[in-house]
Amino acid sequence: MTAPLRLAVWKFASCDGCQLALLESGDLLLELAEAVEIAHFAEASSSMREGPWDLSLVEGSITTAEDIARIRHIRENSRLLVAIGACATAGGIQALRNVADAGAFAAAVYPHPEILDALETSTPVSDHVAVDLELQGCPISSAQLLEVITALLSGRKPQLPVEPVCFECKRAGHPCVLVANGTPCLGPVTTAGCGALCPAVGRGCYGCFGPLPGAVPAVLSQRLAELGLHRAELTALYRSFAAAAPANAEEAARHE
Amino acid sequence: MSERTITLDALTRVEGEGTLDLTIRDGKVTQCAFRIFEPPRYFEALLRGRAASEAPDITARICGICPVAYVMSACQAIEAGWGVTVSPEIHALRRMVYCGEWIQSHVLHAAMLHAPDFLGLNDAIEIARVAPDTVRTALRLKALGSRLMEVIGGRAVHPVNTRLGGFFRAPDPAAIAALIPDLEWGVGAARSLALDFARFDFPVDNGDYLFVSLVHPETYPILEGRIGSSDGLDIPVDAFHDHFCEDQVAHSTALHGRMRDGRRYLVGPLARYANNYVQLSETAKETAALCGLDPVERNPFRSILIRMVETQYACEEALRLARGYVPPQPAAMEMRPVASVGEGCTEAPRGICHHRYRTDDSGIILEATIVPPTSQNQPQIEADLARVAQANVDLDDDALRHRCEQTIRNYDPCISCATHFLKLKVDRG
Repeated sequence: MTAPLRLAVWKFASCDGCQLALLESGDLLLELAEAVEIAHFAEASSSMREGPWDLSLVEGSITTAEDIARIRHIRENSRLLVAIGACATAGGIQALRNVADAGAFAAAVYPHPEILDALETSTPVSDHVAVDLELQGCPISSAQLLEVITALLSGRKPQLPVEPVCFECKRAGHPCVLVANGTPCLGPVTTAGCGALCPAVGRGCYGCFGPLPGAVPAVLSQRLAELGLHRAELTALYRSFAAAAPANAEEAARHE
Repeated sequence: MSERTITLDALTRVEGEGTLDLTIRDGKVTQCAFRIFEPPRYFEALLRGRAASEAPDITARICGICPVAYVMSACQAIEAGWGVTVSPEIHALRRMVYCGEWIQSHVLHAAMLHAPDFLGLNDAIEIARVAPDTVRTALRLKALGSRLMEVIGGRAVHPVNTRLGGFFRAPDPAAIAALIPDLEWGVGAARSLALDFARFDFPVDNGDYLFVSLVHPETYPILEGRIGSSDGLDIPVDAFHDHFCEDQVAHSTALHGRMRDGRRYLVGPLARYANNYVQLSETAKETAALCGLDPVERNPFRSILIRMVETQYACEEALRLARGYVPPQPAAMEMRPVASVGEGCTEAPRGICHHRYRTDDSGIILEATIVPPTSQNQPQIEADLARVAQANVDLDDDALRHRCEQTIRNYDPCISCATHFLKLKVDRG
């Protein structure tokens, strides 16, 4: 019998919501614990074993010099590295600092910003080390995470959607909020995977699963402008939970 | 002269990252610094210039364990500033989704993160090998909390159906009714877990706490009431900053909360329970009594029992609210921006979470101040650590390190929230 896959879970700047997806998987978690060796998962276990690891799941964005050293160490000791969630794949909401005066940001929160040890930017993991796979979402979907782990266990490629939210919205039979109600919606340019949760409650998608590769946001922006969105509103719409994803950063800047 | 230094480098089973430095000189604890090294994310700064309507979704991202607390405190603050009072039906639905968050957060902490401390195990997976039924019950109960959040909030982490003024869409009565059988089961499951955990061998400890929580004359507060303390403070939510403040300390990125007169205080389950015991249901009080809890509990190691009593109560409340569910019409109140300062405060699972926003008349946030529970508890966590370390100073370094870790986990510290976190370094010279 071969040795079980050694899984490690890591946290950088984040809300812990994506690692929670593992704990959210209920009884499947117990089955998973039988199938893999959870070698490092500080949020859930006091047992922390050294690398090398077969699969490292990395949550959070890189925001300190120490983070950079730590992510390099993790990469060097991991066979596969999967970035999970909007922080690890697109800098997270904290990447709003990248387009602001970082000093003023720190001074707005802390009386003595000079003693803080933080970089001026919040950046995705892929800016620092090679990433084997990115799982989108703020937070990620538990089902997608389990798909990635089971695919790796069985030695096949994970099946993840490469289509806009619109496709899963249509399949679910929700009326189009953009067409029917004129509600601003990022569904056409956002990666599917959430299950079209926002249109399901009559709300426009706010892009928390990140930009769909190859989508053209400028066309959507034009339609949203016709619906009455001002430039500042368009900028804010693209500059949220996946602000540092290049497609969002560019489209947001275009309306500034 | 004998000196010891103990360092706890990577605190586990907490949400976030921190370290502890402990210095012991001639058998006396002389220094105790609980550091949060969670990097700052500057939420209060990045909210400036954003639409107030975005505040609930943005602040939810402060914490993936208690997003509803942030959503609700933000909504209440802005609604207060703009002069909006939500309908009783909206309030009831908010309370029901908040019960879901209490259930999932409390069960996650109590059964999966805290219980291993009392069993000498590393994690819930190890518990599952010795007590599989306990872990399966806990996982099912936690999933019930998450389901409440999905049915009402649209997603278990970072809800999408909540908004200023109420909800995007009122849940279908059939979907709420479908929760009732599981909630009936949940009441008993929470009680049986509480009784299981009551058999743990708890360290003896007695904290001299100033308990601060919401207080309400008619109900166990979750998202309603005034701010009260065990020494008689009773103030409206918008007077919070007159009585409480936050300081920055060099050893941590978490701000440290104190009373304006310099006193430290405690928020969270121990405080909420002590200040509001009379408002608990008779059945929850009965479980508390069977667990050996007095109406005021000062042993922080026994907070796990209070979390389970509160979980039972949250199941009972959600059940009551589900049975009486009337879909709010409209699902959200109309929101008209007013240049104003508004404040809101709700009981996150870890304690009061206070928000204040200044907005302009177009609804843009000019200034945001967020006071999360764990930063308020920082000075008290350090005081607990110094007290517990002193009482256990004869333990060897490994045992003392473990006892200090437990002391921190008593708080279910949400370190991601507090930044604005633990390596334990014990210096015995």
